Amino acid sequence: MRSLSTVLLFLFVVALTTFSIIVVWPSTPSRYLPGDFWPSGRGIKIGDWERETMRLGLDLRGGAYLVLEADPPPDYQGDLDQALESAKQVVERRVNAFGVSEAEITRASGNRLSVQVPGISLTEAQNLIGKTAALEFMVYDDQYNLVPATGVVNGQTLQMTGAYLKNNTYPSRLGTTFAVNFETTGVGAQLMEQITTRALQYPPGDPRRLLVVRLDGQVLSEAEVQAVIRDAGQITGQPTFSAANTLSKQLNSGALPIPLRTVQASEVSATLGEDSVLASVKAGLVGMAAVMIFMVLYYRLPGVLAAAALVVYTSVVLMIFKLVPVTLTLSGIAAFVLSVGMAVDANVLIFERLKEELRRGRTLNAAIDIGFRRAWLSIRDSNVSTLITCVILYWFGDQFGAALVKGFALTLAIGVLVSMFSAITVTRTFLKMVLGTPMAKSAFLFNASERPVQERPRRRMAEAAGE
Amino acid sequence: MLDFAGKRWWYLGFSGVFFAAALAALAIWGLKPGIEFTSGSTFTVQFLERPVSQAELRQAMRELGHPEARVQASGENTYIVRTSELENAPSLTSGAGPVPPGEIDDIERGLQERFGALQRKDFATVSGSVSAEIARYATLAVLAAAVAILVYIWLAFRQLPKPWRYGACAVFALVHDAVIVMGLFAVLGEFRGVEVDTAFITAILTVIGFSVHDTIVVFDRIREVVTQDPYVPFEEAVNASLTETLARSINTSLVVVLTIVAMLLIGGETIRNFLLVLLVGIVAGTYSSIGVASQVLVAWENRDLARFWRKIRGQGELAAAEAA
Repeated sequence: MRSLSTVLLFLFVVALTTFSIIVVWPSTPSRYLPGDFWPSGRGIKIGDWERETMRLGLDLRGGAYLVLEADPPPDYQGDLDQALESAKQVVERRVNAFGVSEAEITRASGNRLSVQVPGISLTEAQNLIGKTAALEFMVYDDQYNLVPATGVVNGQTLQMTGAYLKNNTYPSRLGTTFAVNFETTGVGAQLMEQITTRALQYPPGDPRRLLVVRLDGQVLSEAEVQAVIRDAGQITGQPTFSAANTLSKQLNSGALPIPLRTVQASEVSATLGEDSVLASVKAGLVGMAAVMIFMVLYYRLPGVLAAAALVVYTSVVLMIFKLVPVTLTLSGIAAFVLSVGMAVDANVLIFERLKEELRRGRTLNAAIDIGFRRAWLSIRDSNVSTLITCVILYWFGDQFGAALVKGFALTLAIGVLVSMFSAITVTRTFLKMVLGTPMAKSAFLFNASERPVQERPRRRMAEAAGE
Repeated sequence: MLDFAGKRWWYLGFSGVFFAAALAALAIWGLKPGIEFTSGSTFTVQFLERPVSQAELRQAMRELGHPEARVQASGENTYIVRTSELENAPSLTSGAGPVPPGEIDDIERGLQERFGALQRKDFATVSGSVSAEIARYATLAVLAAAVAILVYIWLAFRQLPKPWRYGACAVFALVHDAVIVMGLFAVLGEFRGVEVDTAFITAILTVIGFSVHDTIVVFDRIREVVTQDPYVPFEEAVNASLTETLARSINTSLVVVLTIVAMLLIGGETIRNFLLVLLVGIVAGTYSSIGVASQVLVAWENRDLARFWRKIRGQGELAAAEAA
């Protein structure tokens, strides 16, 4: 008899599935599904929230992957760890300046940086990261063009750059804004003196009185010169402390603080990725259909319920992938397939138990409860062991920046967790919804009528007593 | 009830044959390490203008200064080329100047001159310092997984007598499956040029995950039967458990096999070998739960090995006595 909680759970599952399908639904379904009557487009927009597309890994959308290792000269004195941290920021800034979205730059073990840039080729990525970057001081010339700020030292014309700043800049408050304080080196002091003296010839408000600081071609600050600067100065006009702090760090790091060597690199063309996505989605749909048909043929009514549970399972997992978001890779897809197998396994375990209990002559209600209770231990132990493997895999993938292995572990772990929910809650609720309908009484629908159940061996008490 | 335990030597013998074959394949051909393990570069290229034969491409690579290049067909007019580490990326320094073109670009240009338009589909390079590390972490990961699983099963079965035996048998089955999969890799490496790369590690770990998953379900049933009535002879308890879980074991692996076959038939070229290995691994994993893990457990419980030794020694003593 359906209890209120069953009905509520059922409604929850239906709502969750509807939500998941809406989230998961592709923008261009005709690419994956036959026919062209499917709703397409991004569709839903609630406030700022718009349906995202699935985040795909480099192997599915094309792009470049690089592992860069710090390659310090033999006499390197500085703090390698800090140098690498600022190198990471330098690389990040350069990649972002290029307008690449979703680039991932992370520290990896062994003084390495792992760089993933979707959508561009390896050569492009290397040009992007390897191009010379520098902090430059600029001024406006008489035609109001931005030109390098130069000075003459020992008869040589030099541009004022980050190379002539000491690496001890620090941020500070300046009224309502923030500033970065710097000290110049010996040559820098002479350059700055000449540059600022020249700027002070012009009246306030004249662009030629401005001193512009650029990093990698991006203007960092633009400020009017107030006095002659020699040994120390300030870059003003930073809106927040953190902006000033970042700038200070950037100034202290300047260009790439240490040479980086490419130790691992790979590239996937966008077309190859596209092919893989289409093939995988198609294969996934066919595979799922095959599994559903098998379940229905073998388990009959519970099989139908399991097929429905599989739809719930798949949509919820994909929904989580989209919302977290999990970067989906080819190995992740393989993990997903495996997790579908494990999700179905949980159902198979339960149904086999259910059948046994039904054949022992229990009512459906009792059989469901006992079947679930007995199957739970197996489901728990087998899934926990899989989760343990996932954790180890994730750690392993993290250690040497193998996105492939990491993605696999994360995908499988999510799949396993949802499969436990699916098996315990979803299938059980579906089964309980059947209770009380005429279907519940049919042994045929539960495939529970053919053979008598095999009883377990027990020590024959009479025999034992007779001995 | 099917008598599994009584025929345990048949089951163990059957998988022993495969196990031995896998070991032999590993010994004879060994694994073909991919660039992740040896360092080197690999790229996939598709020729768009005219059909290019493998020999032509090999010849062209030789002319371009890479006599060591291995060329392998992969789909329509598409080849995977593996070379020693290409000077693809010079050091990225703080010095001035643009990044000079990498060696891969020279090769691409050279091939273009010879064969016309082409498309470089992917490219990967790994230097020596990284490859040693990857191999080390891979081994570590497998060992760590095995130990963690052993401990977990030990804990999960702690209310049974000698719980660590269950863990040990599960790990034994896991090793069995891993070796068979590695043997398959050795065979594929020899005949189809399949290399051991990160996909290989993922495949091994997937198989291990499935193998343990499957074994635990069977062991769980043994636990249930034994707890229900501790006086049932162990062999019978195992038989009952295996009989009861047989349908489930077959159905579950059938489901996974169905999805993998679907992906094999329709899915992309890139993960075909990976899926093939998974397929074999899943079948091996299912079999090993029934035919290896449970049977070793019974053999251990019955002290089969000790008996076996005694028998041999006994016969030896008998022979010695007769000779004297």
